[in-house]
Amino acid sequence: MSGLIKSSIARKVVMALSGLFLVVFLTQHFVINITSVIDPETFNSWSHFMGYNPLVQFILQPILIAGVIIHFVMGFILEIQNKKARGISYVKYKGSANAPWVSRNMIYSGLVILAFLGLHFYDFWVHEMTYKYVEFLPEDPSRYHEETVEKFAPFWRTIIYMISFVLLSLHLWHGFSSSFQSMGVNNKYSAGIKIFTKLFSVVIPLGYAFIALYHHLNPITH
Amino acid sequence: MKLYLKIWRQKDASAKGQMVDYTLDGVESDMSFLEMLDILNEELISKGEEPIEFDHDCREGICGTCSLQINGRPHGPDTMITVCQLHMRSFNDGDEIVIEPWRAKAFPVIKDLIVDRTAFDRIQQAGGYISVNTSGRPVDANAIPIEKHIADTAMDAATCIGCGACVAACKNASAMLFTSAKVSQFALLPQGQVEAADRVQNMVRQMDLEGFGNCTNTGACEIECPKGISLENIARMNREYFSASLKG
Ligand code: HEM
Ligand code: SF4
Ligand code: FES
Repeated sequence: MSGLIKSSIARKVVMALSGLFLVVFLTQHFVINITSVIDPETFNSWSHFMGYNPLVQFILQPILIAGVIIHFVMGFILEIQNKKARGISYVKYKGSANAPWVSRNMIYSGLVILAFLGLHFYDFWVHEMTYKYVEFLPEDPSRYHEETVEKFAPFWRTIIYMISFVLLSLHLWHGFSSSFQSMGVNNKYSAGIKIFTKLFSVVIPLGYAFIALYHHLNPITH
Repeated sequence: MKLYLKIWRQKDASAKGQMVDYTLDGVESDMSFLEMLDILNEELISKGEEPIEFDHDCREGICGTCSLQINGRPHGPDTMITVCQLHMRSFNDGDEIVIEPWRAKAFPVIKDLIVDRTAFDRIQQAGGYISVNTSGRPVDANAIPIEKHIADTAMDAATCIGCGACVAACKNASAMLFTSAKVSQFALLPQGQVEAADRVQNMVRQMDLEGFGNCTNTGACEIECPKGISLENIARMNREYFSASLKG
């Protein structure tokens, strides 16, 4: 990693590639989640596949975790270096005059997402790991939908998820198109990339928020 | 008009420095910002006080020497101009104006509002040149035909005056816009190809060594640049950097 940390441009490429990788993951995760609203059967079978396919479990999942770690660790490194580069701060600094809020506060939207990931891991990942590798409970391809809906019974969790999706939206609003600039892409397609970024960063987080709220409002009653 | 000025005073590079309040009356709206400071300095001198040191040279927007952070923005509230091109008509009677030096670890304050920008010189020296002989022998400028749009883009990059407003504006004090302009002006032209790979690598290395920050693509530099240097140059420099790194 030290070689990567050496050049500012290389650091940005690491940030961009890991960020884009997370964007792809976010999309795939969304497609699975939305089935929990549309068709619980499909949600169960896809979730079961993701949970028990060895390729997903032992190759893709570690890559994903590594991607998240690389992204936020590099985010911290950049933030520390950038703070240092200013040295003495201005008495008056009008950041809003020349740059959008979202672009100046990536570290804060990122930190909220990181905190959310902590809760999200605790909610689902730790639960799964305990189920499979600690308690060695039998495979049950029909449990996922119900478990998911139950998670959203408490109002506080639903609200925390929804607030986090707002911050995710802000993070992507700048981050998605920014990663293309970091990789040297600034050409006739850039206007299109910017439009797509805005659509994506609204539609996907809004969709996630809708799913959380939907399950909160539609509990399973036996 | 009457102005309430808050100005950074610092005795020398090692002194601590602080903001000092000044009230200045009788400022005309058609004065330039630097003339306003000249008048303040006249007053200070006649009172036997030390005048405020600030950088300036051409006073016509071409040398890039004038460098003031005015009310939180490099070169003040207007865009596409330097401080020497800023006029007092951009302010109102009774305004408070905060004047500070550029702030960047790589631009240490020498005195008052003057900062040391030799970091930019060292980035230039690391590769911002071409090694062709410039003998007295007249060579037709058009001996190597270059498409107009390419010549124009290279010329746009070459208009960078090295003022440092991009660094001053950037929340990370990044020098990517300056360095990319200096890389682009050669990268686009055939004369720049010989040293292209070394140039970008050496200039970026020097930029990092000087302690400038990383780019977050906020675009603040492009908005504050008095010459309208575009972010496209940064993307171009990144591409140049990748292809140079791949070549080894
Ligand atoms: C699912 C979660 C996330 C996604 C999809 C995501 C996506 C992105 C993307 C695409 C970029 C743009 C990269 C560039 O401009 O080159 C970015 C930048 C950034 N991300 Fe994330 N991110 C996520 C989570 C996080 C987390 C947890 C942090 C932790 C602190 C974080 C901190 C940052 C920072 C600081 C930047 C800006 C870096 C810079 O340009 O200086 N992100 N993110
Ligand atoms: S890129 Fe613009 S703001 Fe930066 S040094 Fe050159 S002219 Fe000044
Ligand atoms: S004094 Fe030369 S650009 Fe302002």
